[in-house]
Amino acid sequence: MSEKELVRFQIDGLEVEAEKGQMLLPVALEYGFEIPHLCYHEAVSPYGACRLCLVEVTKGGRTRMTTSCNYPVDAGIEVATATENVLRARRMILEMLLARAPHSETILTMARSAGIEETRFPIIDDADGCILCGLCERVCREVVGANAITFVNRGDKREMAPPFWDPMACIACGACVYVCPTDCIKMEEQGDERTIVRWKRTLKMQPCKSCGKPFAPQFQLNWIVDRVQLPKDFFELCPVCRKQKK
Amino acid sequence: MHLKSPDDLEQFRTRILEKRKAQDTKKRVVLCTGTGCRGAGALDVYDAFKKALGNKSDIEFKTTCCHGFCERGPITIIEPEGIFYQRVTPETVPQIIAETVKKDQMIEELLYQDPQTEEAIPAEKDIPFYKKQNRLVFGHNRLIDPTQIEDYLAVGGYQALVKALFSMSPEEIIAEVKSSGLRGRGGGGFPAGRKWESCSQAPGDVRYVICNCDEGDPGAYMDRSLMEGNPHRVLEGMIIGAYAIGAHEGYVYVRHEYPLAVENVGIAIEQAHKMGFLGENILGSGFDFDVTISKGGGAFVAGESTALMASIEGYVAEPRAKYIHTVESGLWDKPTNLNNVETWANVPVIIEKGAEWYSKIGTEGSKGTKIFSLVGKINNTGLIEVPMGMTLREIVYDIGGGIPDGKRFKAVQTGGPSGGCIPEEMLDLPVDFDALTEAGSMMGSGGMIVMDESTCMVDVAKYFTNFLKDESCGKCTSCRDGTLRMYEILDRITKGEGKEGDIELLEEIGWTTTEASLCALGGTAANPVLSTIRYFRDEYEAHIKDKRCPAGVCPALITYTIDAEACIACGKCKKECPTKAITGEKKVPHEIVQAKCIKCGTCKEVCPVDAVKVE
Repeated sequence: MSEKELVRFQIDGLEVEAEKGQMLLPVALEYGFEIPHLCYHEAVSPYGACRLCLVEVTKGGRTRMTTSCNYPVDAGIEVATATENVLRARRMILEMLLARAPHSETILTMARSAGIEETRFPIIDDADGCILCGLCERVCREVVGANAITFVNRGDKREMAPPFWDPMACIACGACVYVCPTDCIKMEEQGDERTIVRWKRTLKMQPCKSCGKPFAPQFQLNWIVDRVQLPKDFFELCPVCRKQKK
Repeated sequence: MHLKSPDDLEQFRTRILEKRKAQDTKKRVVLCTGTGCRGAGALDVYDAFKKALGNKSDIEFKTTCCHGFCERGPITIIEPEGIFYQRVTPETVPQIIAETVKKDQMIEELLYQDPQTEEAIPAEKDIPFYKKQNRLVFGHNRLIDPTQIEDYLAVGGYQALVKALFSMSPEEIIAEVKSSGLRGRGGGGFPAGRKWESCSQAPGDVRYVICNCDEGDPGAYMDRSLMEGNPHRVLEGMIIGAYAIGAHEGYVYVRHEYPLAVENVGIAIEQAHKMGFLGENILGSGFDFDVTISKGGGAFVAGESTALMASIEGYVAEPRAKYIHTVESGLWDKPTNLNNVETWANVPVIIEKGAEWYSKIGTEGSKGTKIFSLVGKINNTGLIEVPMGMTLREIVYDIGGGIPDGKRFKAVQTGGPSGGCIPEEMLDLPVDFDALTEAGSMMGSGGMIVMDESTCMVDVAKYFTNFLKDESCGKCTSCRDGTLRMYEILDRITKGEGKEGDIELLEEIGWTTTEASLCALGGTAANPVLSTIRYFRDEYEAHIKDKRCPAGVCPALITYTIDAEACIACGKCKKECPTKAITGEKKVPHEIVQAKCIKCGTCKEVCPVDAVKVE
């Protein structure tokens, strides 16, 4: 195995070091630079959809604007995180996102700090806060492996939905709920049922054999048992009782 | 017949040519059955010819695909004289055979008439539409039945392949393509030779070549017509390219809305296989290469190279970041060289005649010819092929025959939906990659939509932006919401609801869409808006400030009235008006009740004395 190559480059004039090919955004964040971002999450591969993490990169004498989340760093590049162009584009993008998620605290905060109080665009019909960042799709596919969420349609008709609008593959694990930057995917638990509201998926939860409390969807537990090939009775107990038993 | 060597091929070709030489002076009927002519009824004409000629006729009857002058279809050519008959119907077929084919008599009504001199022009080569063209790539279409490989061999087909495989090294081929100056015809205009070189040098054993036939621009059909009409030429280019790059597998990506192109390239691949131009040990050279057809679902964005590759792999056609170029990591992460149909079709002639010969055609930075689809408010609609650097004026007036109904030229939109509009004062602009980009438009794949004084530029911008908002893949906020928001504002402006600051807001959104989006489609999606603002800002202002549409197009901003003095009170408009908004009796001048008028324009259309005015 060859050792990873380290490269040196500049962010806003500061000399920094990172592994060649590492994505720029996490490096910059680690060094303490503030770059707003919505569709990036360290647990999944970068996608570059929200366009908020734009920076200007000078390489070989040529400067251009690019998203930092999926820009692989290289020796000698010069990165500027808050040029006039970057801020100008970011403001417009925030206005666009606000019209999709007018009540999202995350976006409102970002907008305010960029000097935007309100959007000039009409709020999208039935704006439910989804900004089509695709984090739910990536976490479901790459981390969970359930492939229960996908992009549907293109252009302004694009939406996030279960494939063929049928949530049959959803295990109601809640990973999408966790990563959603605008909190537009809600999870509810009532009695022994868990519902992922956005995908219209309701699953019965399994009661703990010891304390009797429903703790996770049966469908999810069976799915994990199948996938990881665990003993059939592996999930008889809830996490709390299992800990006590140990 | 499987050809195992260049000698085999030459012997086979000689036999074809000898057979044809004997028939050269005989009468031949050539009918275009390309998609354009089919739309005009060419298949009925085909049946009529078949029926009239019968099976035992000594008159050769041949079908080809697109000749380019689609507006005049179905087109029939009588050889060897090259008589051009336009708008042929099944009813005229017996007459054509009886008079022209058998007695050498011309049928005046079927001939092309020069709009200026009103003289009938019998020979195809004398028609102004064809005269100024240089049909380097497209010219063979009219000689070739795309389902007959013999036709392609008869015009010298696969000669360039022999030269490439047996007397040139891959490096020499790449050097030749590089010095020819060939630039990609699909939109980007990237130097093809440099792309080939990078791909050939990328590390890895497996490489791919791809032919992009996803042509998605509304009104553009250059690639379709080449693929339908001369698929072997495209394949020959691909085989040469694959040999130069070191690829053994290729894909033709073609949209399923192009059924005839799919069919014809499929037949061509099968024939090329049988004859030894594809498959293992091509013509005994030791080089193996195969081509697979991949059908696309028809999304505009699927024509973007990385989106196209995703689509071949079975994923949704969505562009990805290209920090690692596709020539290094493309299809299935292997080095991949993608060119469009027209680019591939240029390769054989470059190899055959040499880079020096080829690079004499065109301008400093753009070599060779370019095929354009010339459509819109123009007399001669169709596909044209001209040397790079020809001025817009020559294209519009000399080849296109000018604007119909004596109207005034206003602008030409080049480069497809994400191209831009070029105004009258720039008519002397030489058409090449760099000049068009500098003018705020682009070459794109070669769409050319002509607009006259009755075209509203705000309406045009709205039309294309609507297309782009539907066809954006939807990934980048700046493109998806940028096109949506620009469309909403344009829609408001055309409805008379424009407000102060709209133009500036459009410019601001346009800038963000251009600068902040990932792929080239996003990067150019604002062109229709930005270029119309750049050249026709006064029209935007008229809509917003004066609530007036100068071209008389936007229904909310115009009023139809009848000039009482000009009106002859014939009752035509009154009869046709769908909302019964017109009053008046025989001999009493008509009047439009504005409250009832829906501004459909029917009255203006039917008025025999042009008494209906629009303001």
